[in-house]
Amino acid sequence: MIDVSRLTATQIRDGIADRLFTAREVAEAALGRIEALDGQVHAFNQVTAELAYAAAERIDDAVASDVVLPPLAGVPVALKDNMNLLGTRTTCSSRILENYESAYDCTAVRRLLDAGALPVGKCNMDEFAFGSSTENSAFGPTHNPWDLERVPGGSSGGSAAAVSAGMATISLGSDTGGSIRQPGSLTGTVALKPTYGRVSRYGCVAFASSLDQIGPFAKTVGECALALNAISGKDPMDATSVDRPAEDFTATLAEGIAGLRVGVVTDLLEAEGCEGAVRDSVHAAAETFAALGAEVGEVELPSTAHGLSAYYIIGPAEASSNLARFDGIRYGHRVGDADDVLDLYMRSRAEGFGPETIRRVMLGTYALSAGYYDAYYGQAQKARTLIKRDFESAFERFDVLLTPTSPTVAFKIGERASDPLAMYLSDIYTIPVNLAGNCAVSLPSGLCPSSGLPIGLQIIGTHFAESTVLRAAAAFETALGFDPTPPLVREIQ
Amino acid sequence: MSISEEQVRHVALLARLKLTDEEVARLGEDLNSILGHIDTIRQLDLADVPPTAHALDVVNETRADEVRPCLSREEALANGPEVAEGAFVIPRIVGGGDAS
Repeated sequence: MIDVSRLTATQIRDGIADRLFTAREVAEAALGRIEALDGQVHAFNQVTAELAYAAAERIDDAVASDVVLPPLAGVPVALKDNMNLLGTRTTCSSRILENYESAYDCTAVRRLLDAGALPVGKCNMDEFAFGSSTENSAFGPTHNPWDLERVPGGSSGGSAAAVSAGMATISLGSDTGGSIRQPGSLTGTVALKPTYGRVSRYGCVAFASSLDQIGPFAKTVGECALALNAISGKDPMDATSVDRPAEDFTATLAEGIAGLRVGVVTDLLEAEGCEGAVRDSVHAAAETFAALGAEVGEVELPSTAHGLSAYYIIGPAEASSNLARFDGIRYGHRVGDADDVLDLYMRSRAEGFGPETIRRVMLGTYALSAGYYDAYYGQAQKARTLIKRDFESAFERFDVLLTPTSPTVAFKIGERASDPLAMYLSDIYTIPVNLAGNCAVSLPSGLCPSSGLPIGLQIIGTHFAESTVLRAAAAFETALGFDPTPPLVREIQ
Repeated sequence: MSISEEQVRHVALLARLKLTDEEVARLGEDLNSILGHIDTIRQLDLADVPPTAHALDVVNETRADEVRPCLSREEALANGPEVAEGAFVIPRIVGGGDAS
């Protein structure tokens, strides 16, 4: 059997086109890997073998009739379980949606499949994307393929683990405050949060609508660029998606970074709680950028000190409003013995939502309630302006900014579960990017010398600067030569 | 600023969440701990700063007001917890009493 985890998306597509193997064999290999490892990893809530084989058959038919294959033909992809796909459940890892059958397709998913990809399954996540560890899933935690006793990060932890363990070549996650980049960092994968508006969110269950963005995970920068090619662009079904000329994000990846202005964000790097090995890794990365011909300097983003506070007002406030739709009437869990409609709402929601979801809905409802709106939500929106201005002035001097993605490497399952604040601090470097609407990629910058776990570097660009961010990431990736294969996978190869 | 148990119960009603007494007590502690951390934002002098609701300068995105395909009634009802005669079944909201 072919080992799909050793092939890039383009190698898979070209191998099928050149008749070295069939799309069906690729699907079998990916599903075989899931069968072999997902009992330990639990990256998936649902495996969609029938859909994968049906998509593979269409690709193999195209090969037989000499049709030119699309760019992601035969590439196994995994989808975060907050994205609708006909023929699958979309649970958001919540009891309240445990039996919810997708009624239509998410645009980003549809575009990925139209590019020829094979959907192998729906991935575990923190319930409704509330979390940084994938422990807040109603269906149990996902385990990090680098160390099964550790979390893969979150909230898109299942999508990250699926790629890391070679169960999918590309996966989709969603990122509201770091939910793509932080799990990317903790699993040694490449993870991209596109600019707000770059990718349609239609069909992705909303968390915080002014922050949410869909993006890809892959083992390489080039594959993330290919995935972005497929999923980006205006969608009439999402009014926040932006109409821009089509770009090929792979076109400039190999151009190098001579003269690129790279700013190391020193105040974030010195922040309390950042592990020494993480800080060292970013400094080493900055030296690599300089050696590659970039002009490396230093910059501060002082207003990002208010990022966590602003985020934990704006995020829950918008979430409390978005989650009002889960009322036990049109879909989802419903108590069977309600006294009246208020009792039906209150008990269906309390039974269906997990503890962190209830915490965020309560926090958001409080922040929006009479007498507190100006003190919290109003202030948070103003702080958001300051953060946005900090980035704008930094991008006058620099093309891209460097920070760690996560202040720590992957932590143990259970370690932060009882302390919401400690968990929230996982995202101090990623949150400001969402508040300002910028794009950013996380990619491995090496392994922690003491734990052997991956460390992630965050490269931030201004609005719609994905090509620049990805070019910087590709140059660094080539210079570093990181092997993204986790020990779990090396054992079976 | 600290949240009282009574406020937690009020917010839970607004949020349509039936909480047990233990949950009210625990959420009170959690919310006070989180609000304690983010409270600095209330102290900032931001009187002259405009709010940002949306990171991009996109305004008034509209579409043509045309009839387009949408979910069929059967598709829309397919996930309904209780469905009858082409509609969602809910407990009585108005009326009731002797007339029911």
